[in-house]
Amino acid sequence: MSDNLKAQLEAERRKRKELADSSAGARDIKFDTDIYNNSDKFAGYDTSIDTGIAEDTTNDTVAVMPPAPTTGRFGITAPRELIDELNGVVGEEEEEDAFKALQRARGVNRVIADRESDYQKRRHGRQLSPERGDGGEGGVSYSEAMRKNQLDREKADLLAKIKKAQDTADEKRAAAAEESRAEDVSQPQKRRWDVATPVHHQSSTSSADVAATPKRNRWDQTPADVGAVVATPRRRNRWDETPQPTPSGGVAFSERPKRVRSKWDETPAMIGGSAATDFGATPSAAQMAAGASILAKQLLGQPDAMDARNLFQTDEELDSLLPKDGYMIMEPPPTYVPIRTPARKLMATPAPLRGSSSSEGFLIPEESRHIDFDIPKEVPGVGPLPFFKQDDMQFFGKLLDGQSEDDMEVAEKRERQVLRLLLKIKNGTPPMRKVAMRQIAERACEFGAAAIFNQTLPLLMSPSLEEQERHLLVKVVDRVMFRLGDLVRPFVHKILVVIEPMLIDEDRYARSEGCEIISNLAKAAGLPTMIATMRPDIDHVDEYVRNTTARALSVVASALGIPALLPFLRAVCMSKKSWQARQTGIRIVRQTAILVRSGILPHLRSLVDCIAHGLDDEHLPVRSATALALASLAEAAAPYGIESFDAVLKPLWLGIRKHRGKGLAAFLKAIGFIIPLMEVEYANHYTREVMVILIREFQSPDEYMKNIVLKVIKQCVATPGVPAQYIKDDVLPEYFRCFWVRRMALERRQYHQVVETTVELAAKVGGAEVIARIVLDLKDESAVYRNMVMEAISRTVKTLGAMDVEGRLEELLMDGVLYAFQEQAGEGRVILEGFGVVVNGLGARAKPYLQQITSALLWRLNNQNPLVRQQAADLVAQIAPVMKACGEDELMGRISVMLYEYLGEEYPEVLGSILGALKSIVNVIGMTDMQPPIGDLLPRLTPILKNRHEKVQEHCIDLIGRIADRGAEYVGAREWMRNCFSLLDLLRATKKAIRRAAVNTFGYIARAIGPQDVLATLLNNLKVQERQNRVCTTIAIAIVAETCAPFTVLPALMNEYRVPELNVQNGVLKSISFLFEYIGAMGKDYVNAVTPLLEDALVDRDLVHRQQAASAIKHMALGVAGTGNEDAVLHLLNFLWPNIFETSPHSICAVLEAIESCRLCLGPGRILQYALQGLFHPARKVRDVYWRIYNMTFVASQPVLVAYYPHIENDGDNVYRRYELDYVI
Amino acid sequence: MEKFGMHSQTEQLHARHIGTGNADTTKHQWLTNQHRDTLAHYVADYSMATFISIVEGESIVRTKFNMLQRMRQPCGPPPAQTKEDN
Repeated sequence: MSDNLKAQLEAERRKRKELADSSAGARDIKFDTDIYNNSDKFAGYDTSIDTGIAEDTTNDTVAVMPPAPTTGRFGITAPRELIDELNGVVGEEEEEDAFKALQRARGVNRVIADRESDYQKRRHGRQLSPERGDGGEGGVSYSEAMRKNQLDREKADLLAKIKKAQDTADEKRAAAAEESRAEDVSQPQKRRWDVATPVHHQSSTSSADVAATPKRNRWDQTPADVGAVVATPRRRNRWDETPQPTPSGGVAFSERPKRVRSKWDETPAMIGGSAATDFGATPSAAQMAAGASILAKQLLGQPDAMDARNLFQTDEELDSLLPKDGYMIMEPPPTYVPIRTPARKLMATPAPLRGSSSSEGFLIPEESRHIDFDIPKEVPGVGPLPFFKQDDMQFFGKLLDGQSEDDMEVAEKRERQVLRLLLKIKNGTPPMRKVAMRQIAERACEFGAAAIFNQTLPLLMSPSLEEQERHLLVKVVDRVMFRLGDLVRPFVHKILVVIEPMLIDEDRYARSEGCEIISNLAKAAGLPTMIATMRPDIDHVDEYVRNTTARALSVVASALGIPALLPFLRAVCMSKKSWQARQTGIRIVRQTAILVRSGILPHLRSLVDCIAHGLDDEHLPVRSATALALASLAEAAAPYGIESFDAVLKPLWLGIRKHRGKGLAAFLKAIGFIIPLMEVEYANHYTREVMVILIREFQSPDEYMKNIVLKVIKQCVATPGVPAQYIKDDVLPEYFRCFWVRRMALERRQYHQVVETTVELAAKVGGAEVIARIVLDLKDESAVYRNMVMEAISRTVKTLGAMDVEGRLEELLMDGVLYAFQEQAGEGRVILEGFGVVVNGLGARAKPYLQQITSALLWRLNNQNPLVRQQAADLVAQIAPVMKACGEDELMGRISVMLYEYLGEEYPEVLGSILGALKSIVNVIGMTDMQPPIGDLLPRLTPILKNRHEKVQEHCIDLIGRIADRGAEYVGAREWMRNCFSLLDLLRATKKAIRRAAVNTFGYIARAIGPQDVLATLLNNLKVQERQNRVCTTIAIAIVAETCAPFTVLPALMNEYRVPELNVQNGVLKSISFLFEYIGAMGKDYVNAVTPLLEDALVDRDLVHRQQAASAIKHMALGVAGTGNEDAVLHLLNFLWPNIFETSPHSICAVLEAIESCRLCLGPGRILQYALQGLFHPARKVRDVYWRIYNMTFVASQPVLVAYYPHIENDGDNVYRRYELDYVI
Repeated sequence: MEKFGMHSQTEQLHARHIGTGNADTTKHQWLTNQHRDTLAHYVADYSMATFISIVEGESIVRTKFNMLQRMRQPCGPPPAQTKEDN
């Protein structure tokens, strides 16, 4: 790593020198040298200083100076928000483009690393190990990998011991610290770098003494870190910016409690450890990224805002620096404006590289003036890119160095080519990306696995990677893998390290993408390689690695078959060496079950046997993992395979008595999934056994346990063998006491769990039993809890009905529901729906309550709050059928009159609901008895059609359509025509349901008042410009034709075709096409009528004419197949056939479909004869089409063709005649 | 891939339906498929098989067997490729 960094630094330095030299050529230009001093302004300065030492030391007892530059150089400062803005600009976000900032402001963050959980972040700790060889050249052999793994484990053990020792040492030290602090008081708290090192430093000679020095200061940091890690108590002071001790390098991310974030460790944890890269392995991407991004920042002259050197100097500091007399504090001139433009800000002294432990120290980038501050948009050989991110510099910077490729080695050239392709794929526009993707796949073998994977995989580990980029890069890996085949073997582990984290991504698509890659990898590399590669990771010290490895292996199992992996699994699950291996093995089984679902059934027994012994393991994690694996197996196998679980039943049931906490939860989960598989009586027995424990755990405060308990209860209750009486007596009282409390409503997941379980319980013991227990809570004062009760009741009533709710309970229920409805807050649909469900459930029994409900509704319809009005109207829509059933027509009449009066409602949402309510009342009451009369209602609706709101439009058109369908005679023809004109507007609606309803309404109206007027309106509408409008009009015409018989419409339609206007003619053709589609076999009477028109359209110059005519023929021929119209269809086919050479996708599609329809009508032999003409035509273009037609005929009716194949003479050795056809008896 | 173009899904089509062809299909390939289709039809259709066996004076099973055998190379070996075919 550090070598790499150094090399990069070196290269940059060289580049700058060249730049400087080249600009030196411009020096002979004359200018005022006394003004523009062109001598080296850095002459006399050190070009290199040590990085670490920038400020005086502070003891950690002294509060660290805050980084916020609020106290400025001057007495006054800019307003707070401006400073904040400035800080924000100079800080991390600076290089991001505005769009990204916008996205972030909206809460859209596509950078994967930013949304990872702490656990997922552990992937950054993994290293891309060197290639695996077969024990020889270059690669790391299997045994080496195993040995390294062993070392890691031992190291982890050792570290654990050390930590223990340290903890004890800590306690001892506490007392000593008190003493030494007392001594320190005599010393100055703040030492300056120029003050001689205080005496107590000599103690650093013995590392044991260092342990006793509570306040390390920066000077003894280096020796202490390396040598005395055992005893050095790590106190965080501002100088140890590496939060982890360096010697632990490789395992910095291993299992360790979350580190506490402090503002001092903003830099990723590994930076300081870069010197400690071990094992000669490729550095972990995190290290590389962190190191290099700092480098990039520095190259671009971006000062690091967090750096102490960049802080504003406080007045106190200035006071101490400058002599008291001879100076005075100046007020800033009134015209002074602080620099706010970041670009100019950047011209200030660049920030030094921070926290680097490289021995060379840091060079002031003197030529930083020459560096472009803009990130390049154009990379040589790649062309312009839509964007080029800050972090891309570290990977693709190489492409920008401007070296010519002619004098490069082949390997290097190749590497650059790959880089360029990758850059195009990652940052390019879609067409660029496509081409590059194809190239990299096609030339994969030429580039070689190493060139591609060595560039791609580190990119995939980049911390600033976004989802889209990851997707693309993963696609590259997949394509390349496919081409490379088993050449991919040396890189299997590297690929796995990169891809495995995707398996635990929260995004489902990322997970399945990861699965796909790993399964392709498994197929390419083969099982032995996969096993050999992942074997060392199975008992890796890091739980994260084991977890992801288990998932990856389960993917391998599903890709290569479970039987292939079984022997290995068995061995791993039995591993004597480490419990981690056993746990991983069991986890593999679990993940496999989750992945292949019922596919495990053939191997269920062997899988269960393989993990069964884990239930008695001495390590709790193994036991838990086993129980969870059994749960997954049972879930996947349901409802089969109980016999396979025989062996584990006893240990499971013993286990629930022995365990507590998480372990118990896992065991309960397993039991919960196994019980539903059992025979009835066994299920009953085992449920009773487990119920004792479950009831005990009802009171558990642990959320996880609660969820599991609820789940298990649900599963047990759903099993047929468990008697209802038992549940009623033993479970219900305790269940309701523990779970139906307000607290449960607060947490969303538990809310749903409890409701679901309660509904399940109700299904067992009856709805009334459950409702009776919670009905009083409908009047609870907590709104959320009322919601929860209502949801449970409504779901219970919906599934079970309310037949068993009687007498007092019925009254209580209605009372509670009404109360909840009146008291509801906010927009939730739960209460509203619940009300509807309960009233509908009661049916005719709701009659006594309707009076009360109606008065409440009328009052609420009159309410000032629009939400209340809307809910009332929605409720009317729901309970209208019940009111009808109860014979309360009069009440309904009152409501509908009220609704009618509110049609002037101004809130569209409310208006929509009112229309919906009216619609459902009209539906149940019927047109004749409707109050207000339809004749009054419809004229009020016509203007509402002009409303732009979707909900209003939809309900209004539904209502009008209903009236037109059932009660058209109550309204005058003129009113209907007025409606027609308004309906034309609705054809523009974006929602398909509205357009469909409008088109159907045309049909109803046409039936009511005759097609002529409607048709005239519609035909006129064909002249409009808007396509969607025309299309809908043609559909409406077809529908009118369908409802009023085609002969009423076709003459006018065909007459309209004579209008010499493209849109109109096309519209007519389209209408005919839809018409024949709708009327089907009825079309046989109209074939001859439309043939001349279609004939004309098929020879028209306009492509769309021919396309529409083709689609008309398609529907016509389909409809008239077998009705004796072959002559007309054959005639049209002759006109159609020349169009097969169309190239526009829509036309060729239409033509070919028409030919298919003709095939149905005329028989495949006819089409074959046509197709034979061009199958062996000299022109490929002709052959292409004819073969396509032949293929589609062949696919559709291959057996029939046997009789029609042509007679072909023998040719040389080949017998082409089919002699059997000549047989005659 | 183009959605409606000439070559959309041709590969799948060929994979699924063996008798289909494309612009590069030779006469021999095409006829071989025809013959196989025909023979399969004779074998599958009892009345055709009976008719043919009566004409050939063989048992039905023998006729069917013969035809199944012929299906391997119903038109003989493919002709040697001439230069212009390449």
